[in-house]
Amino acid sequence: MDIVILGLPMMYYIAMVAKVLVAFVFVLLTVAYATYAERKIIGHMQVRLGPMRTGWHGLLQPIADGVKLFFKEEIVPSQASTFAFLIAPLIALVPAFITFAVIPFGGVIEVAGYKIPLQIASYVDMASGKVYDINVGVLYILAMSSLGVYGIVLAGWASNSKYSLLGGLRASAQMISYELSAGLAIVSVFMLSGTLSMNEIVNLQSGMGGFEWYAFKQPLAFIMFFICSIAEINRTPFDLPEAETELVSGFCTEYSSMKYAMFFMAEYANMVTVCALTTTLFLGGWNGPLATTFTLLGPVYFVAKVYFLMFFCMWLRATVPRYRYDQLMHIGWKVFIPLGLINIVVTGIWNYLI
Amino acid sequence: MLGAYLPILLLVIVAIGFGLVSLVMSSLIGPKKFSVLKMSPYESGCEPVGTGQERFSIKFYLIAMLFILFDIEAVFLYPWAILYKKLGMFGLIEMGIFIVILFVGYIYVWKKGALEWE
Amino acid sequence: METLFFLIVSLVAIISAILVVTCRNPINSALSLILTFFCLATYYVMLDAPFLAAVQVMVYAGAIMVLIVFTIMLLNIRVNASKSQSHKIVLGSVIGFFTLLNTAVIVFKSRVALPNGPLTGDIIKQQGHTELIGREMFTTFLLPFEITSILLLVAIVGAVILAKKKI
Repeated sequence: MDIVILGLPMMYYIAMVAKVLVAFVFVLLTVAYATYAERKIIGHMQVRLGPMRTGWHGLLQPIADGVKLFFKEEIVPSQASTFAFLIAPLIALVPAFITFAVIPFGGVIEVAGYKIPLQIASYVDMASGKVYDINVGVLYILAMSSLGVYGIVLAGWASNSKYSLLGGLRASAQMISYELSAGLAIVSVFMLSGTLSMNEIVNLQSGMGGFEWYAFKQPLAFIMFFICSIAEINRTPFDLPEAETELVSGFCTEYSSMKYAMFFMAEYANMVTVCALTTTLFLGGWNGPLATTFTLLGPVYFVAKVYFLMFFCMWLRATVPRYRYDQLMHIGWKVFIPLGLINIVVTGIWNYLI
Repeated sequence: MLGAYLPILLLVIVAIGFGLVSLVMSSLIGPKKFSVLKMSPYESGCEPVGTGQERFSIKFYLIAMLFILFDIEAVFLYPWAILYKKLGMFGLIEMGIFIVILFVGYIYVWKKGALEWE
Repeated sequence: METLFFLIVSLVAIISAILVVTCRNPINSALSLILTFFCLATYYVMLDAPFLAAVQVMVYAGAIMVLIVFTIMLLNIRVNASKSQSHKIVLGSVIGFFTLLNTAVIVFKSRVALPNGPLTGDIIKQQGHTELIGREMFTTFLLPFEITSILLLVAIVGAVILAKKKI
């Protein structure tokens, strides 16, 4: 207990490894069961049953899918640029899985007399007892998610297939456009919070019994950010890059086996991250009634909110038809960007007047 | 400082490790039956025409350039946003000028039709 | 520990920078350049400047490199022909030598703020690195900041004109 390595107690390292592994496995399981949930939910919305054969009500379906993909043949197209082709799924997967490092999923819990903040990239200073996290947490997420575009653009280019190239190009143009509008939409949140640290943003929303959410103060920013994020991660109704009616399977047309699965995992992991980020910035994070007294309630509220938003994404897929590409770029550049800027200016003047 | 970044390093290692292991495993387990037709790019069952790396519209290039410029604008907005309560009216006016100048550029882009997709 | 980490990151930075110029396939060069930018971002983190690190990744690795990758794809540059380019190597090494000399002079001759400058790690920890940068930018360097917007405006006009000509 008293061993100190590099100015940090031994308990810190144990907690770090535990947090990283638990969070990683949790996201992995969520990703696996999100595919199942999506098929089930859309199935029931369309008066079908969805997967039923593997296990009770098809509960083993994600595992069956995973095993099946493992045993599939790896195909590298004959004229593909091999290195870029092989590394593209990895580039898509890694940023998707490391973004949630800065998202706080609970308050500070105490284990064996040592305080552990429930956020991966944070620690408790031994001398002052204060919780420190990366004080540019939001920018870290924006920076990492801006790297996801390479996986897709490389996959499209390296496959040496026309469908892949078109899918990859569409995807990258769409992702960068909406990254911009999402980035502008959240500026107004920082104007209220005065910090970029995720931990503090969550703490600032803890008032009024855990319901002092920024979604109520910045409803326009909330709606814009959520829509832009859905578009950035290529979910329906903005899934143009994979529009199967036009582009077969978009940028992953030529991919098979585990490499294909990795693009899929990256897409769902991005969905988890986006929902978690929206929860943190706008829906009070892990805050809720009594969350500050019973610290273990925090993660429960957090997961419940994230799952609700994910359900909402799936609901959208069953309800809204796909956009046309020109409409998509039109909304991104001609509606969301000016709206975001106007929102910033109005928030600035509003807060000054009051 | 170290305490906040070490977990990210560990997470990166875990994520890359997971990706590499699953790639290597699946390439070891999966069957390998080579055939010329299977390895050719997919083109709805027809013979592939030309290469798959055709030239494409300049539009995408323009979007990427505009993205850089507006992204830099957004980067300037972040430090301003967290300080603007402390900067007061002065900060509001200086950012107002900044946004107005860039909005002129935005209107120019719009009027020139650079945001239209045919 | 910190020194060891610095050496590892530097090694990766140097190797990836060398790969940028030696890779035959331009896309692989671009990927190496992204890795180099990443190492630079790691330096910023080690210097207690997380905002700069995030901006480095966002703007350089996330935006400018997208443009470069698009350009490579647009021009359809495949593996470049192996012509002898000895005159370029000579020119490159001369430029490289003078850049190195210049950097060395700046580092050794001019006043570089050592760790005992006015902004210590503790002050950064208390006030926040982003706040410090923002405060300087919006008060002391107000004019350069406003001029930046005009620079960006010029760049926007330039981008549209460049692309319009070719349509």
